[in-house]
Amino acid sequence: MTIRVTMTVNGEPLTADDVWEGESLLYVLRERLGLPGSKNACEQGECGSCTVLLGGEVVCACLVGAGQAEGAEIVTVEGLGDGEQLATIQETFVDAGAVQCGFCTPGLLITAFDLLNRDPHPTDATIREALAGNLCRCTGYEKILDAVRLAAARQSSSA
Amino acid sequence: MSVSTDTVRRTPGGVGDSPVRPDGTFKVSGQFAYSSDLYMDGMLWGTTLRSPHPRARIRSIDVGAALKLPGVSAVLTHEDVPGEKVYGLEIADQPVLAFGEVRYQGEPVAIVAADHPETARRAATLIVVDYDVVDPVCDPREAVGHPFWKQVHDEPGERTAMSRDKAPVHPEGNIVRHQRVRFGDPDAATADVVVHGDYEVGMQDQAFLGPESGLAVPGEDGGVDLYVATQWLHVDRRQMAGALRLPEEKIRLTLAGVGGAFGAREDLSMQVHACMLALRTGRPVKMVYSREESFFGHVHRHPALMRYEHGADREGRLVYVRAHVLLDGGAYTSSTPAVVGNASTLGVGPYVIPHVAMDAWGVYTNNPPCGAMRGFGAVQAAFAYESQMDKLAAAVGVSPVEIRIRNAMSEGSILPTGQVIDSPAPVADLMLRLEAMPLPAPAAADIRLLPGGVSNTTHGEGVRRGVGYAIGIKNVGFSEGFDDFSTALVRLELVGDEPSVLVHTAAVEVGQGLVTVQAQIARSELGVERVTIAAADTQVGSGGSTSASRQTYVTGGAVRAACEGVRSLLIERAVQRYGEGEYRLVDGQVESLRDGVVGDIASLLLDGAVERTAEWRHRPTHPVDEHTGRGDAHVQWAFCAHRAVVDVDVELGLIRVVELAAVQDVGKAMNPDAVLGQIHGGSAQGLGLAVMEEVQLLDGKLRNPSFTDYLIPTIMDMPPMRVEVLELADPHAPYGLRGVGEPPTISSTPAIVAAVRAASGVDLKRVPIRPEHLVAQGSRH
Repeated sequence: MTIRVTMTVNGEPLTADDVWEGESLLYVLRERLGLPGSKNACEQGECGSCTVLLGGEVVCACLVGAGQAEGAEIVTVEGLGDGEQLATIQETFVDAGAVQCGFCTPGLLITAFDLLNRDPHPTDATIREALAGNLCRCTGYEKILDAVRLAAARQSSSA
Repeated sequence: MSVSTDTVRRTPGGVGDSPVRPDGTFKVSGQFAYSSDLYMDGMLWGTTLRSPHPRARIRSIDVGAALKLPGVSAVLTHEDVPGEKVYGLEIADQPVLAFGEVRYQGEPVAIVAADHPETARRAATLIVVDYDVVDPVCDPREAVGHPFWKQVHDEPGERTAMSRDKAPVHPEGNIVRHQRVRFGDPDAATADVVVHGDYEVGMQDQAFLGPESGLAVPGEDGGVDLYVATQWLHVDRRQMAGALRLPEEKIRLTLAGVGGAFGAREDLSMQVHACMLALRTGRPVKMVYSREESFFGHVHRHPALMRYEHGADREGRLVYVRAHVLLDGGAYTSSTPAVVGNASTLGVGPYVIPHVAMDAWGVYTNNPPCGAMRGFGAVQAAFAYESQMDKLAAAVGVSPVEIRIRNAMSEGSILPTGQVIDSPAPVADLMLRLEAMPLPAPAAADIRLLPGGVSNTTHGEGVRRGVGYAIGIKNVGFSEGFDDFSTALVRLELVGDEPSVLVHTAAVEVGQGLVTVQAQIARSELGVERVTIAAADTQVGSGGSTSASRQTYVTGGAVRAACEGVRSLLIERAVQRYGEGEYRLVDGQVESLRDGVVGDIASLLLDGAVERTAEWRHRPTHPVDEHTGRGDAHVQWAFCAHRAVVDVDVELGLIRVVELAAVQDVGKAMNPDAVLGQIHGGSAQGLGLAVMEEVQLLDGKLRNPSFTDYLIPTIMDMPPMRVEVLELADPHAPYGLRGVGEPPTISSTPAIVAAVRAASGVDLKRVPIRPEHLVAQGSRH
């Protein structure tokens, strides 16, 4: 048996056909909707690499069934910028050297983007707590902290 | 003569700058294509059936039911391997697909291609393998104690072209390699102060985030194209050619985006399997390991059992070291011989020691195969020798910093192998700089910053602070006589009236920033800002492995050499046009040293592009003698030192690392931001080994193959770092640079353990530290 799933992804209504009911939102995004930006690194919600916004909430797309996303608004890393310009948090990840292999980056960007929306001036302890569900194996997190601090500073100076 | 760089115009984004990564924008926008992101119309999904037993004889394999499942295109076993049935980096002993016997849990037995990954997984469960289970060899002491009893292998494997030249290897029995180092007269040496210790290092996983994956596409010529995440394209291809029975030129590898490596991609994983399925079905085949499969699908860091005895005079000056290091290589050879080489030749640390007797063994067991991981043999020994140095400091009544300074090697010192350290070795300086750094504030009031963190286990009662120091030594590049080289093609041409450089190598970017540094070298050497780095593939000569902290050194050397060739040709054109004289290329201009700017680079390129390919190798190294360890085995040494500050809840056995400080000599910081990134990331992996990371085994079976149960440091576990970088040029290396990636992984582990010992008073002998080591049988004093 297969199902049809329709959702709005990065502002665009999209439909996936022939979805096996056991597929996750992550699989549908990556393999059926041509959006491989969200990464699969553990498939059990431990690493945060597949983090997306679902109805404005941060979720691990690997833990969401495709059917559960029916009708939902999804934002992935591909939708953080406006198509022309990167979002501030994307720019500061590059500028601060927070990207090495980059496999964790899409999930971290979504989580950090959400944090800065909720708390434009987070303390270091708050940043650490917010990003605690996103594993990075390359950076030791120092430059990721720098990138989030830099994004907070840039957004407050341009606001 | 060199001129002060302050007064000389430089090309922006060159050597010593920190330009942003050329792949950065792609990586933050989700556009960067990792090996698991690849897609082709009509592609199939491959999956692997693996042995559930650490050791068993295979009576039969029945694939009939699996083949009948709708959607399944192929089910292959060892009988379908077209060529050599075994492969390996140094010894060809690892089956492409198991035949006769499986020797570790997770060994590949059969592969499936189907139209959906779930179909492939279900088909794999329908394959019937009849196993005759045999007791596995799980204890490396058992393996080495009885070399001809309970052999893991019936027959020795064959040396490959990758074997270190004349490196002693003993595939007979269970001993892969036994390397002795004898220096001075260790049997006769006596000392006033003697300290002993037994130490153990658990099995660590590289835990890169991007699982093993790739896409194999059958070619019209009967060959195959493979897009894959790896560490060394050409050595993959060599092994694949044997297994697939294809000439190398019919196997075309292109590097796909790599989600970290850290050694785990040095051995083959899905490369041959995906190509077998693609060649059999005539369709593209994608294979992507799950996290669980990834734990079975790559080698790990060798666990180690070590016994050390240090003798010193009353002032703590070392007289002798006697050491045994036993490394569990698991079921197949992988790079165990080279790991033993490092553990033995570097196994007493960066100290001057008159008498040394070191024995290091790598052995076969039925545990998971172990091989390359960041630090490669130097990590395990450093935990032991640094623990010993702290014991010695306590025994003679001096500080941990002072004991290391009193014994520090320096330029001109002689290693126990007899090799002279012929470049800066600022061991004492690193320790002094660490000690001079300010200490962090006392334990925090914020409970998130206490041991136990957000679990809210303490408000500070039972929390004790400790400080620890450690330093390590690591060789850079491939050692022991290996012909270690890289190849670079550099072309300078006009693109839309602007001079532009193309750099093409097969050297693998795994996240460390090699693409950035290659472009920086081209900018500095050719005075051109616009540089494109071509995708790494096998259409150009080998780049060597992205391991051993070697790529900036060796591929960097190749890029520089190719640029020098291009520059010479361009300067010939300048001489023809502007007359005899000395010229340099900088910031798009041609400068005469006498007359200043005489023209621009673009105008010299109107006559056509200039291209050069260079193969570049570092100075030769040599094998070591099997019985004495004598030999100039290494090309370069790198040093990093750490100070760790920890808070320990001595009642609950919980640890919080409060701060890590590091000082590292990098020779020349080619890209200062990237250097910091390597030191931060390497230190974090050392922290993981100290306090949480272990592949846990029971009777040869993995107990924790997931990120739920195998813990790596989160942003809550990793403390703020203070880092100081020294640039003491190595006269033998390009730009004076020193390999950067591995040293920080080596010393952070023993520094953290020393700090935990200082806080808790417990004589810790094993990493990773578990709570029960601190609170159960703790011999507090």
